Amino acid sequence: MVAGGAPVRLSRLSHRFELHGRPLPVLDVIDLAVAPGEFIALLGPSGCGKSTLLRLIAGLEQPHTGRIFMGEQAIEAPDPSRILVFQDPTLFPWRTVWKNVALGLETRGLPRAEGRRVDAMLRLVGLDGFDNAYPHQLSGGMAQRAALARALVNEPRVLLMDEPLANLDALTRIAMQAELVALWQRQRFTAFMVTHDVDEALYMAGRVLVLSHRPARVLAEVAVDLPYPRHRGSRGFATLRERVLEELGLQSHW
Amino acid sequence: MSELTRGAEAPRDEAADGVTQPPHRRFWRCGVAASGAWLAVALVSQSWPDQGEVGSTGLLATALAAFGIALLGATVASVCIDLPRLHRAGPWLIALPLLLGAWELASAKLNLLPRPFFAAPQSLLEVYADDWARLAESTLHSVMLLASGYAVGATLGFATGLAIGWSRAIGYWVHPVLRFVGPLPATAWLPLAFFALPSSWTAGVFLIALATGFPVTVLTWSGVASVNAAYYDVARTLGASQRFLILKIAIPAAMPSVFVGLFMGLGASFAVLVVAEMMGVKAGLGWYLSWAQGWAAYSNMYAALVVMALMCSGLITLLFRLRDRLLSWQKGLLRW
Repeated sequence: MVAGGAPVRLSRLSHRFELHGRPLPVLDVIDLAVAPGEFIALLGPSGCGKSTLLRLIAGLEQPHTGRIFMGEQAIEAPDPSRILVFQDPTLFPWRTVWKNVALGLETRGLPRAEGRRVDAMLRLVGLDGFDNAYPHQLSGGMAQRAALARALVNEPRVLLMDEPLANLDALTRIAMQAELVALWQRQRFTAFMVTHDVDEALYMAGRVLVLSHRPARVLAEVAVDLPYPRHRGSRGFATLRERVLEELGLQSHW
Repeated sequence: MSELTRGAEAPRDEAADGVTQPPHRRFWRCGVAASGAWLAVALVSQSWPDQGEVGSTGLLATALAAFGIALLGATVASVCIDLPRLHRAGPWLIALPLLLGAWELASAKLNLLPRPFFAAPQSLLEVYADDWARLAESTLHSVMLLASGYAVGATLGFATGLAIGWSRAIGYWVHPVLRFVGPLPATAWLPLAFFALPSSWTAGVFLIALATGFPVTVLTWSGVASVNAAYYDVARTLGASQRFLILKIAIPAAMPSVFVGLFMGLGASFAVLVVAEMMGVKAGLGWYLSWAQGWAAYSNMYAALVVMALMCSGLITLLFRLRDRLLSWQKGLLRW
């Protein structure tokens, strides 16, 4: 298995949906180059097409025009090297936690001995001892950890996260932000995260992209050059926060 | 993060209790009343003379007394053995002999219910003692016919529902046929089936399969169609093939709905079984019922009804057991 992140390149990417027979443009010409192991946060108004962008990178949908490359290869179908984590944990309720996490290994017919990787990943996200629990027995935070474990056990080169922490309570969320950063630093996958939370973006990402209303364009790129672990109270953090809010057009509201 | 719902914590608590407290045993007081009631009814039916010839009263009294003595034994044993299921049934074990006694009084002893349309308990007992071979054969035949028809109908219904739910092309062709033919009661095919199919057995299988197949098809289809699309997205990004999506995602996700279909199909199959056996198949409990009616043997009819109730209830219980086993991951399952 190739470890480490992959470079991702979006080249003149546009996308549209058909709504009641009329085209509805969602993504306006987006160009973006992401280095291996970079952590990108996507900020923008609701319904601007951020989630669509992640689905396109995952290969679940084909772009209307333009192309997406992972390394030198154009993305044409889903692949376990690029895994999408949703806002909702979407665990399979009929599978135990262990079997949920093992699903990616199962689809690729990996031998049972690889089960050790599942055990190790459950330990890493703090779910050891819950192997045989069913999803309905887990709290929201535990379920989202299980969903993360299910993605990371495949050692993805690109991890796509669609508001992964949005459904969690405030305290769990802060704890999981730190844990996610730690996991990313450990595995060094290339990360894309959609979020509505400016602090979350600045706390976790290396680069924050501010997107416009639909059809989405990149309005601004903010490089977050603060060392990890970051502190929400630091002066650098406050300056960046102000700048991002300004780009989002919210400077007068806060 | 240790917030878990009770489901996962409960076993730990039980284990802890088991270590600290020895199991608590209590004398089964209900058992005294229950065995007393059975013995009292036995005494009444033995000593109170019957009004006319109603059946083997001696056998009834012996059976009642035997039950009472067995319960008395269990009551005494409750000091040293735990029989939680028996103990929970205590109130029923008191109510049953009282109801039996009331029936016995109203029929055999006081002749309040018009004979021969109402039978006394000992009349039924006599039927079981004399005609058990024919009843057993009829039951076996009914079960075999039902099982064959149900298996065919459930299998085809499941496959059809899965195909319609999964493939738009198959749905396009099958859906209109299903809408047109499905709602027709299976019994409407009865004359045609007995005329067109080579034997009454195959006709019975066909009719039962038809009655079972429709609900199973519709509910399998609806189960597959309503699978959360995100499950497929997650599985696809994890590298799942089409085959994997069908076998490991669509089918397990649809199972709760499939079981509703299997349950409804089983109910429908009972109805068709009885009608088919009354109308054309020359064996089985339905046939036994109409045969008994033809001879005005009402006791036999009641006896067969009891056996049929036990059979149907047993089969439904079996289906629910299977569901409890397969769908143990669901929370808040209805206990049958």
